[in-house]
Amino acid sequence: MAGVRALGSLSRLTTRRYNLTMFPARTHVNYEIKGDVAVIRMNDPSARVNTLSVQMQREMTEVMDEVWGNSAVQSVVLISSKPGSFIAGADLNMIQACTTAEEVTLLSQEGQKMFEKIEKSPKPIVAAINGSCLGGGLEFAIACQYRIATKSKKTVLGCPEVMLGLLPGAGGTQRLPKMLGLPSAFDMVLTGRSIRPDKAKKMGLVHQLVDTLGPGLKSPEERTIEYLEEVAVEAARGLAKKQIPLTKEKGLMQKIQDHVMSYPFVRQQIYNTVQKKVMKQTKGLYPAPLKIIECVKAGLEQGPTAGYLAESQNFGKLAMTPESKALIGLYHGQVTCKKNRFGTPEKEVKALAVLGAGLMGAGIAQVSVDKGIHTILKDTTLEGLSRGEQQVYKGLNDKTKKKSITTFERDSFLSNLTGQLDYNGFNKADMVIEAVFEDLSIKHKVLKEVEAVIPPHCIFATNTSALPIKDIAAVSKRPEKVIGMHYFSPVDKMQLLEIITTDKTSKDTTASAVAVGLKQGKVIIVVGDGPGFYTTRCLAPMLAEAVRVLQEGVDPKKLDSLTTGFGFPVGAATLADEVGIDVAAHVAEDLGKAFGSRFGGGNIEFLKSMVDKGFKGRKSGKGCYIYQPGLKRRDVNTEALEILESYKLTPNAAISSDSDIQYRLVSRFVNEAVLCLQEGILANPVEGDIGAVFGLGFPPCLGGPFRFVDSFGADKLVEKMRKFEEVFGNQFTPCQLLLDHAKDPSKKFHK
Amino acid sequence: IKKTLAKPGVKNIVLVDGVRTPFLQSGTIYADLMPHDLARAALQGLLNRTGLPKDAVDYIVYGTVIQEVKTSNVAREAALGAGFSDKTPAHTVTMACISSNQAMTTAVGLIAAGQCDAVVAGGVEFMSDVPIRHSRRMRKTMLSLNKAKTLGARLSLLGSIRLAHLAPELPAVAEFSTAETMGHSADRLAAAFGVSRLEQDEFALRSHTLAKKAQDSGLLSDVISFKVPGKDIVSKDNGIRPSTMEQMAKLKPAFIKPHGTVTAANSSFLTDGASAVLIMSEEKALAMGYKPKAYLRDFVYVSQDPKDQLLLGPTYATPKVLEKSGLTLNDIDVFEFHEAFAGQIMANLKAMESDWFAQTYMGRKTKVGAPPMEKFNSWGGSLSLGHPFAATGCRLVTTVAHRLQKEGGQYGLVAACAAGGQGHAMVIEAYPQ
Repeated sequence: MAGVRALGSLSRLTTRRYNLTMFPARTHVNYEIKGDVAVIRMNDPSARVNTLSVQMQREMTEVMDEVWGNSAVQSVVLISSKPGSFIAGADLNMIQACTTAEEVTLLSQEGQKMFEKIEKSPKPIVAAINGSCLGGGLEFAIACQYRIATKSKKTVLGCPEVMLGLLPGAGGTQRLPKMLGLPSAFDMVLTGRSIRPDKAKKMGLVHQLVDTLGPGLKSPEERTIEYLEEVAVEAARGLAKKQIPLTKEKGLMQKIQDHVMSYPFVRQQIYNTVQKKVMKQTKGLYPAPLKIIECVKAGLEQGPTAGYLAESQNFGKLAMTPESKALIGLYHGQVTCKKNRFGTPEKEVKALAVLGAGLMGAGIAQVSVDKGIHTILKDTTLEGLSRGEQQVYKGLNDKTKKKSITTFERDSFLSNLTGQLDYNGFNKADMVIEAVFEDLSIKHKVLKEVEAVIPPHCIFATNTSALPIKDIAAVSKRPEKVIGMHYFSPVDKMQLLEIITTDKTSKDTTASAVAVGLKQGKVIIVVGDGPGFYTTRCLAPMLAEAVRVLQEGVDPKKLDSLTTGFGFPVGAATLADEVGIDVAAHVAEDLGKAFGSRFGGGNIEFLKSMVDKGFKGRKSGKGCYIYQPGLKRRDVNTEALEILESYKLTPNAAISSDSDIQYRLVSRFVNEAVLCLQEGILANPVEGDIGAVFGLGFPPCLGGPFRFVDSFGADKLVEKMRKFEEVFGNQFTPCQLLLDHAKDPSKKFHK
Repeated sequence: IKKTLAKPGVKNIVLVDGVRTPFLQSGTIYADLMPHDLARAALQGLLNRTGLPKDAVDYIVYGTVIQEVKTSNVAREAALGAGFSDKTPAHTVTMACISSNQAMTTAVGLIAAGQCDAVVAGGVEFMSDVPIRHSRRMRKTMLSLNKAKTLGARLSLLGSIRLAHLAPELPAVAEFSTAETMGHSADRLAAAFGVSRLEQDEFALRSHTLAKKAQDSGLLSDVISFKVPGKDIVSKDNGIRPSTMEQMAKLKPAFIKPHGTVTAANSSFLTDGASAVLIMSEEKALAMGYKPKAYLRDFVYVSQDPKDQLLLGPTYATPKVLEKSGLTLNDIDVFEFHEAFAGQIMANLKAMESDWFAQTYMGRKTKVGAPPMEKFNSWGGSLSLGHPFAATGCRLVTTVAHRLQKEGGQYGLVAACAAGGQGHAMVIEAYPQ
């Protein structure tokens, strides 16, 4: 056996030397010839993931040409030697560097040509996929003759282009429908969803799966890639020798489906249905899905030449749309907000205590225990605690139903949770997050109780949506350890975490809070202290305006359709119900006190009357709408309309068109956001955009309030606000920073 | 001769003798029996072999894995039927494939603690019949039916039964925690250690060849004859089938398709069988006039990740038990390792031979080393003799004792892996001839 091993290492040595002498310049793509199989390995040395950068493409083309020209090679394996990433997509910078649609179209056409050559390769190519295989990476893989994927949790396949306002521009819209059938292909390309290996195998997206390996004579990651390569090499040989057929015998269902699809009117019906669904979901605000349908249709109805042309041209057009720029901006922003700009904290938080087992508290506990953080969930009553623990259990159990975790993982996550009514064990906590009722005196009481039992290094984080942190910290013996962590409900679904620092909060405390949030999987913005911080402060004036609009006699459903029509995922009336009418009233009153008449608009008394009647929104079953368990349809709460009647205002016709109402709502939001930047509450426009989109549902197609000002034009926005200002006064007075931008069009929040 | 492993203040505990029923492929001659029938046969065989007065036994411990619900304490049912005194208590233990090892070490514990002097330990597995259950939904409905008071309530419960509820639940040789079948895990383990299909087939062939040789030359003296009711007398294992490499190469992978390496031919097969041993304190054995076969010395149990290291028990247990006994691998004359899969054995051998593995995963400075093959399972193993889960442990210990007598060595080592990511090893010392 030792002899064999020595021989093996010798052959490895010689190939390495061969590579070195022949291709000294290549850094991203390399290959080794194993018998009659060429194994092409990709690894971008300068990045965490592989992308189809200019360099990668150039080296790949060179290598492919050599492999095709080498008569000793019968088949090819394409594999990444970077752990966790096959190819994560095209290089976005390459697209962003283009200034015209034609340039981008050219990029697309180059990609199409390269993959066409791959598709027509006389030597079968096996894509051996471990890790992310997305966008251009997926298009590369589906151009290959055969695909093998590992079952790793990191292995995902998908076309996320649509989420960036683009389309798969290198043959994806043409190959996928033929490979998967229209319904699956549309689902994949239009939703951009990531597909896990087992699903990919079922759909026919990959041919074969390879298990991940555990410890052996090498690290599990390294050996898994090696194993994938061994299996892929065998498959490549089998393909070259025609022992493995390239086309699979189709099943009966597939044959029936193909037959049905062969009728043009059936296909037409599918296009129509999909088109309608897209229109309903996007309100026509997102051009990419519509263009995708167009490309698929062109390919199937008019043939490949028309299809590929439509794909490249539409790709070019889409890249130039403000929607795509907004979505790409959000993508970059999200990446930025997933980093800890405050550095590594001195002490990692391993033991967490959450006070209050309500919706928020239990939600925070849930996203902590499944990341391996030992979490104490404390409440004051057994009923409250039981409800909270049930919420955590249900949250995790629902994941087992979706098969994203196993029941065993659920159980072991839950073992990180300790539910209790006392302060037992707080002396070992590294961080306490309180999520008790939003009342300053209660928060003070809790803070004092907690500080009496926690160790000196322990951080006290407060989850509040509006109370200034410095007011809460006023009774603290160690204000440098006090910080705000504003989670959004439902915590396990909402991605944003707003962290609020006071001028006394230490940098290490901030770093630690950010680290915990990142571990919990959050996108994080760090903002300065003040009433309503950033997010609540932007939302409050918009909701005040929404109340006024309701008082002016606009029906809640109409109000919702106006806001969703502008791109908000949730309508303003529904949002008020979700947030809670009582919370909205509370916040409106608090912020009204802090900011004065600028935060006026709708009558707070209306909200209070609603609360008095028990209409607190979804949680109480009634708000603007009536909510019935199990019923998706919601009726307008007529009793709420009756209350509205007594607060009725007469609308001013000059500023009450649908569009006016939309801009009245949005401009107040945006102006307040810009003011937050002006006042230094926000550190930068990127966090402002991310906070607004991920926390409040600001239209993603607009990219956030700051990108909206950039693309809409500060001058045009100011002009609109001035018109509203004439009627409503200072609520619509543009802030100085916005005026500066209006005066000088060269000033932009985003470069 | 090497030093004895006796320790001051620790009682010498001996294996007086051990027997087993022939190990048969499930669904063959034993098919109509029940588990306690097999266990009873082993117990009676032990009594016959040792001439032990039934009332001399203080306690009986038996291992079993797949439990027959009717005889969940199979030790007691078998003992009663075998004619042991109804005053002899018996209990059943379960620890997957090391269940009878657990039964034996329980016996050792009872003796060492001074509570017993003579204990019978054993294990039984009966794969010809396994408990197949109704689905949970169906069980719930049936249990509710018991409680339903009115005809209407009963009818509405009956009406709630759907076709899908009638689908039965079959037991699987799968980990509960990971839902992965053991064969699948073995295939991944073999791949992780780069064990080739060829190596596995070669090892499996070796096992069958050695077993055949041992059987033919009458070395498997622990096997007793058993008159199966309604059938002939059985006196030989029936799974030993030395094949050829060509034949074995033809088989398709059984678990990971199409590229896996674990096949039916290089895995242990489903087996029916039972084993039993008589364990005593040395004084008691000598007082009763027995000539013990071996001393049972140090033993360890280990456990590790049930997903990726499910079957690496021997790798973890071996260095630990050797250290305990103050021995090195070179001191061991006879190795008996449980062969769950050829790939699993090869993976363990490679892991034991790897400094990197020892340092990275076991927190040890160096590797323990792989046993020399000429001392390893030289009378066949679970792959060829068969593997009735809970009966294998006693077979390993008895075989070590017999091999030490036959081959003239002094120390033997038993090691085994088990579901749940657990493992066991025991050092056995030959009794002076």
